[in-house]
Amino acid sequence: MSTHRADVVVVGAGHAGVQLAVALATSAGPRGVLLLGAESGLPYERPPLTKKLLVGSDQPVPVPLRSAAYWDRSPVTLRTGTRVVSVDPDARTVGTDAGETIGYRDLVWATGGRAARCGLPGEDLRGVHSIRDLADLTALRRQLAGGAAARAVVVGGGYVGLEVAAGLRQLGLAVTLVEVAPRLLARVTGTVVSAAFTALHRRRGVDVRLGTAVTRLRADGDRVAGVVLADGTELAADVVVVGVGMRPEVDALLAAGARGDTGGVDVDEQCRTSLPGVLAVGDCARQANPWSATGAAMRVESVHNAGLHAAAAARALTGRLPAGPVPPRFWSTQYGVELRTVGLSAGDDEQVLRGDPATGSFSVAYLRGGRLAALDTVDRPRDFARGQALVAAAWQPTRAELIDPDTDLPRLQPAGTSVT
Amino acid sequence: MTFTVEETGRELVLDASGHATLMQVAVEADVPGIVGECGGEMTCGTCHVHVESTPAGYTAARSHDEEDMLEVVDAPAPGSRLACQLPVTPAVAGLRLRVPAPS
Repeated sequence: MSTHRADVVVVGAGHAGVQLAVALATSAGPRGVLLLGAESGLPYERPPLTKKLLVGSDQPVPVPLRSAAYWDRSPVTLRTGTRVVSVDPDARTVGTDAGETIGYRDLVWATGGRAARCGLPGEDLRGVHSIRDLADLTALRRQLAGGAAARAVVVGGGYVGLEVAAGLRQLGLAVTLVEVAPRLLARVTGTVVSAAFTALHRRRGVDVRLGTAVTRLRADGDRVAGVVLADGTELAADVVVVGVGMRPEVDALLAAGARGDTGGVDVDEQCRTSLPGVLAVGDCARQANPWSATGAAMRVESVHNAGLHAAAAARALTGRLPAGPVPPRFWSTQYGVELRTVGLSAGDDEQVLRGDPATGSFSVAYLRGGRLAALDTVDRPRDFARGQALVAAAWQPTRAELIDPDTDLPRLQPAGTSVT
Repeated sequence: MTFTVEETGRELVLDASGHATLMQVAVEADVPGIVGECGGEMTCGTCHVHVESTPAGYTAARSHDEEDMLEVVDAPAPGSRLACQLPVTPAVAGLRLRVPAPS
């Protein structure tokens, strides 16, 4: 028997869940929208956790997505500190960690994921961190606030690892970054950008070790004291941050029979899962991606994608047709250098460099079959702005149109900037 | 401290008190068409507005980054701005913004 019932139950109060709940606030039906967040505070902006908030106050204060006053007056019921642990798709109910059963007409799974771990001996030691939510960042900053931590090892050279390495350098720590792949950002960019960011971090004093595996963490009592590499080298460490990606939090949905696996729950273009009345949005949802080289299903981890999914799910739940696809975009900032990407570069067959990486301002265009598939821009906001429409249109440039950094990329309308 | 937003025939008078930018005010007020996805980093263009009239004493210059973004938004106009770059100041009273109709 349900103790509570809503027309739409949204599980997860990150960017995707909040945007969806807000979009349906007045149109969900007479029982309204119930938004359930596992964390205790107001829903907040996640990107600053590894950027501004990492180098800010000892006691990080997040930027709320909406104020407390907003939630007080919103028709959406926000309930924080509530984790959903089970789904019954036949009864159309979810169960919470407090033992409550909540009924739904439509369920939207927007849980994101947990930080992935390497599975190394010693990964549970004190002083070993990952950053996925505010509690993680608060724990890291609390350790650093004592001033005793001087040497940091960052495991993983993706966006999070690099942003954390940059932040820890700015906080004055000695930083070694260990990446198992032969280059940084290997999953998301090409060799030119990888090399530029390796050089940037080395210039800023980070000891970047590429093609290097970690075998275990060494303890001093219950605290981490070092990181042992595959070649036997030990790096002394007071603090270790593991940034090796995320694991989507989809166990309860999979247990309920939704199609998918530990790599995500499968959804269609309207973000519907294989279970009737159950949708999934954001980082945890795996969807055929028309911008990838193969069109294969993939998860896209970004605030932008969270917004696109929220909009798609809101359209589906209000009986509107899907909007057209929009190319994914990504943003990272390290030492104030802005890396902005549109499209998916993997599977490219030609790369064209615009400008000179040595100047700190350049772009790389990735072509597939002569069409623009993706554009990485480093401190070139105009290329990024114009690149969105060009990738959306699968622009077929001549080499001359791309290569001269002093000639602007052409401007196409519409821009594909709208996510509503 | 209020300003006015025109949106698909409606006129909203919003209280800007307690916020840093007009994007934040609009997001809090659920103004349709204003998303503020990037949180004010000028990477998304989802807080595009047309400034219809500016009160005396309200100044906020466009940066190069903002101009680059404004070149590619839907429905650009001479008064186009990113609302995240419009600060809340005492002079905001009397400001009129319009949310461009979706194309």
